[in-house]
Amino acid sequence: MSYVNELLVGGWSLVEGMKVTFRRLFHPLVTVQYPRKRLEMTTSYRGHIELKTFAETGTHKCISCGTCEKMCPSGVITVKGEKVVGGKGKAAVYWEIDFSKCSLCGICVESCPTETLQYSKEYQIVGETRADCVFDLIARLTNGAQQSREPVVEPKGKGAEASA
Amino acid sequence: MFGSDAFRLIIGLLLAFGFAQVNALFLVWLERKVAGHIQLRPGPMEVGPHGLLQTLCDGVKLIGKELIIPFKADTKLFLLAPVLVFGPVLMAFLVLPFGPTMIIRDMNVGVLLVFAFSTFTVLAILAGGWASNNKYALLGAIRSVAQNVAYEIPLLLSVMSVCLVVHSLSFGDIVQAQSKVWFIFIQPLAALIYLIAATAETNRAPFDIPEAESELIAGFHTEYSGMGFGLFFLAEYTNMFVVCAVATSLFLGGWQGPFGFSLMLPGIVWFMIKTYFLIFVIMWVRWTFPRVRFDQLMNFSWKVLIPLSLANLMLTAVALKLF
Repeated sequence: MSYVNELLVGGWSLVEGMKVTFRRLFHPLVTVQYPRKRLEMTTSYRGHIELKTFAETGTHKCISCGTCEKMCPSGVITVKGEKVVGGKGKAAVYWEIDFSKCSLCGICVESCPTETLQYSKEYQIVGETRADCVFDLIARLTNGAQQSREPVVEPKGKGAEASA
Repeated sequence: MFGSDAFRLIIGLLLAFGFAQVNALFLVWLERKVAGHIQLRPGPMEVGPHGLLQTLCDGVKLIGKELIIPFKADTKLFLLAPVLVFGPVLMAFLVLPFGPTMIIRDMNVGVLLVFAFSTFTVLAILAGGWASNNKYALLGAIRSVAQNVAYEIPLLLSVMSVCLVVHSLSFGDIVQAQSKVWFIFIQPLAALIYLIAATAETNRAPFDIPEAESELIAGFHTEYSGMGFGLFFLAEYTNMFVVCAVATSLFLGGWQGPFGFSLMLPGIVWFMIKTYFLIFVIMWVRWTFPRVRFDQLMNFSWKVLIPLSLANLMLTAVALKLF
């Protein structure tokens, strides 16, 4: 009797399994066709660090105190500042990171006294040499290279491939 | 000179050869699509509309690749095995009833011919596995033989019970006998056993232990590259079409519509719809269940399928005698 029972119960479990996969056939797909469509990065995504722009000054607030540079366990950061002309204190004029050494630990972001550092949402970095891993963050800020802050889900289009 | 009969055979086989290629290309695409959608992926999308031409590109790539023969392989047997595996599969097309008149040769031993040639596949697999001189290939070949011996019996027994009802081994007669009621309603158990055993016969998951990737790399075709591998692949998908076409003729009324309604569709359309539906079911099964273990596979055949199909055959014989 247990023989027949096992056949029936086992057979029914197979049918149940088939039902599950059949329903899945009509589910919406989860794959995003990458170069044509892109995902919005989550807020917790850590790209390389970048300088924030503040609305009241229109630029970053880095005073080139060098805390991040000293805190960085891997020696990623190089900051140089100059005295502000006609004002008090210093402002950074040269801000460079060597992303090939960065472990994204975030100590620089936490230690910054003016909170001018944040993680970028950059996830499409490509380089052929080690020099390609070096980013000038001031230049990135002034070139309006904050594109990555803009919504990244683009409409379907052929042009998207070129910009990738 | 050639008689018209020999001429018909040659033309028919050439057509079948062409059909087998197109069919395999389509089925590989379909398999990848079904697999993709079951796993919530789109499957091939880039080449052609919805990736339809992807498999064509893969085929061209396979043709262009080098045929590597292992150093210590039995060269003659090694090269012969892919041909041996594909040739006999093609022979089955001789007797498949695609439509009322679309049958190359309606032999009175049609069913026998199909299964005689399908048994040939296992010999070719053994030859390929042996000639490769590779432990994984040999293990795969051994498993294939054990599996095919075990599953041939329920397969033939379930076919026998249909042949008993019709009193004929000719596909034409068997399809004609289903003009009112399909045999799946008269012989549901035989149909189920046939489909399970046919899945095992074609070495498809969940019975694909001869080529179990996780244990045996690729089983019997581990050492094959280029078109040698391509022919094994082609044979697998053609074999799948053949077993499904036979199932359609034996249990689903072949080229006939359900319960005598043809719905104005020509016979070949009905035949193809049913055959490709069965192929879809086999793919669906593949992407639902994990591979069985070897002892489970053997137990299932000898302890479940063979007793059940024997009982079914006996009951059929008794019922035919009584009524």
